[in-house]
Amino acid sequence: MAQPKYPENDLQENQDERLREVSFLSRQLNKPELGAISGAVLVFVFFGFTAGGTGMFAPDGIMNWSTVSAQLGLIAIGACLLMIAGEFDLSIGSMIGFAGIMIAVPSVYWDWPVWLSILFAFAGAVSIGFINGYIVVKTGLPSFIVSLAFLFILRGLTIGLSQYFTNRTIIGGVRDIAEEQNDWMAPLFGGKAFQGFFQWLGDNGWLETFADGTPLVNGIPAVILWFLGLAFICQWMLLKTKFGNWIFASGGDAVAARNVGVPASRVKIMLFMFTAFCATVYATCQVMEFGSAAADRGLLKEFEAIIAAVIGGTLLTGGYGSVVGACFGALIFGVVQMGIFFLNIDSSWFRVFLGGMLLIAVVFNNFIRKKVTEAR
Amino acid sequence: MKKLIKNLLGAIAITLALTVATGVAQAAGEKYILVSHAPDADSWWNTIKNAIREAGNHLGVEVVYRNPPTGDLADMARIIEQSAASRPDGIITTIADYDVLKGPIQNAVKRGIPVIAINSGTPEQARKLGALMYVGQPEYDAGHGAGMKAKDAGVTKFLCVNHYMTNPASVERCQGFADALGVDLGGQMIDSGQDPTGVQNKVQAYLRTNPDTNGILTLGPTSAHPTLRALSNMGKSGKIFFGTFDLSGEIAQGIKDGVINFGIDQQPYLQGYVPVMVLTLYNRYGVLPGNNVNSGPGFVTKANVALVEKLAGEYR
Repeated sequence: MAQPKYPENDLQENQDERLREVSFLSRQLNKPELGAISGAVLVFVFFGFTAGGTGMFAPDGIMNWSTVSAQLGLIAIGACLLMIAGEFDLSIGSMIGFAGIMIAVPSVYWDWPVWLSILFAFAGAVSIGFINGYIVVKTGLPSFIVSLAFLFILRGLTIGLSQYFTNRTIIGGVRDIAEEQNDWMAPLFGGKAFQGFFQWLGDNGWLETFADGTPLVNGIPAVILWFLGLAFICQWMLLKTKFGNWIFASGGDAVAARNVGVPASRVKIMLFMFTAFCATVYATCQVMEFGSAAADRGLLKEFEAIIAAVIGGTLLTGGYGSVVGACFGALIFGVVQMGIFFLNIDSSWFRVFLGGMLLIAVVFNNFIRKKVTEAR
Repeated sequence: MKKLIKNLLGAIAITLALTVATGVAQAAGEKYILVSHAPDADSWWNTIKNAIREAGNHLGVEVVYRNPPTGDLADMARIIEQSAASRPDGIITTIADYDVLKGPIQNAVKRGIPVIAINSGTPEQARKLGALMYVGQPEYDAGHGAGMKAKDAGVTKFLCVNHYMTNPASVERCQGFADALGVDLGGQMIDSGQDPTGVQNKVQAYLRTNPDTNGILTLGPTSAHPTLRALSNMGKSGKIFFGTFDLSGEIAQGIKDGVINFGIDQQPYLQGYVPVMVLTLYNRYGVLPGNNVNSGPGFVTKANVALVEKLAGEYR
């Protein structure tokens, strides 16, 4: 916020008598993401002790859980912004499956170039996001119900349309087509960055290599870069722009926000479109990396995204939250999810441990936040 | 009081020593990971879980079962990557989707981890990925085995009720059956669709226009149940040689009633037990069977249906 300058101000420069002085430290402590960051530290300490020697913190182990976290982070960012604006989108998971099919069917069966299919999927997903948001805003129904309807509609469409057009529910061969066409857009989602750098690390013996000399980790997957980029842009937008203030205002009290001239409906619709966009980025990265789309992709991911946002300090009631927090929430979720496997716990117990760890992370997170707010 | 403390300390020391000792004993056993594509709720895989647990106990190795909770194959690829990163002595995995799993499996192989493919996929795909072997039920061979049984029973003209025509594996089953009988598949395979009423009517129509048909093969409960009804409608129950893939309550009852001659069981227990055994022998002594293992077809007939029913869900 820009400080108004009064030339004949008898207070000290850059000070406003209306503002209470808050130290840098306590300002940091009051941020919503604090709990998630401390939770993440806790999780890392836990796995550092218990899974330190299992390859979890070897280069390929790190790449494994950071890819999972980044994927989840992508949709958590969308879910988080929308939750701050006071709405839910339960159709994120189904949108992932639907967007995947929107890429695979045109490129494999209709002979569209891959870049056009990707653009088609983005256009399609964002329009559905618009419809979703429009219905919520116009009918005033809880977004929980409207997007739940879309959860079923989109999943059904995904299965139905893929059966109708291709007679199957797993559509493979997208990556081969992209490579054949030498598509320029596919590597932006499914490629790996800094391959030369990793090869160089491997050549110098700083990174473990396979027998044939290629390094164990041969680049940073595009999904991680998308995640970092989106996280940076969204956090900046949320805290430093007018639109960011509008998001907080719409979620805090939509009526009051409208009264002071915030276009709350437009903000909400735009954020529904944005969650659809995030889901499509997720889907595109997955389709381009694995080369196939399947009707069951993204099952239950909407809940994971919401959980990540909540761990990150976003309030379920809206009006409060942070993108950085959601990112750390996704990190906690991803690390716990894959870390459990490194601990060698049988899959049957997986959900019990996941639930337990999440509960501990959230309780701890909540505890820290309370302590800090009390200390004020 | 002092004595009590001494005793307590002694007990703690013994417990600690025991824990350390057992810990070491476990660490000496090889560690394997089985990755399946099945979602959590899929009970079929329970048999495989039991198999790897028993194999682990028998051989003194540790086998853990992992699966994508929702059955999402992209998640499964991550689990295989993660498994390779945790440096086990072997990975057992299904090839649920060749495209998706190709990269992670090849990376594990490249890293020198022995991999065995089970259940889904083909022996050919397993070989291309660099897996040691494939343990499963090759569709053509299973159909062929069923056809040999039918031939022994004197079947000359048959009907293959294919409810999943788009899946090449289904066609292979029918083809194997026809080849074993030494007849041309031709029009003897019908695309029945999946709707029970549709299947039933198509089977009835076929049998009416081809009254000399004396054998039927169905490819699973989806086509077997309506076919049972079609036969009883036409009064042909028990008069036509009837074999089917897979088992279900209704199929087991059909076998007991003598309407169905056999059900083909792909014997998942073997798909769990054999890879663990092979990996252990391979790691310890460097020995490896020279071919793939066909876990099926195992035939469930009137003679053994009682045993199978008793063990269903645990070992069968």
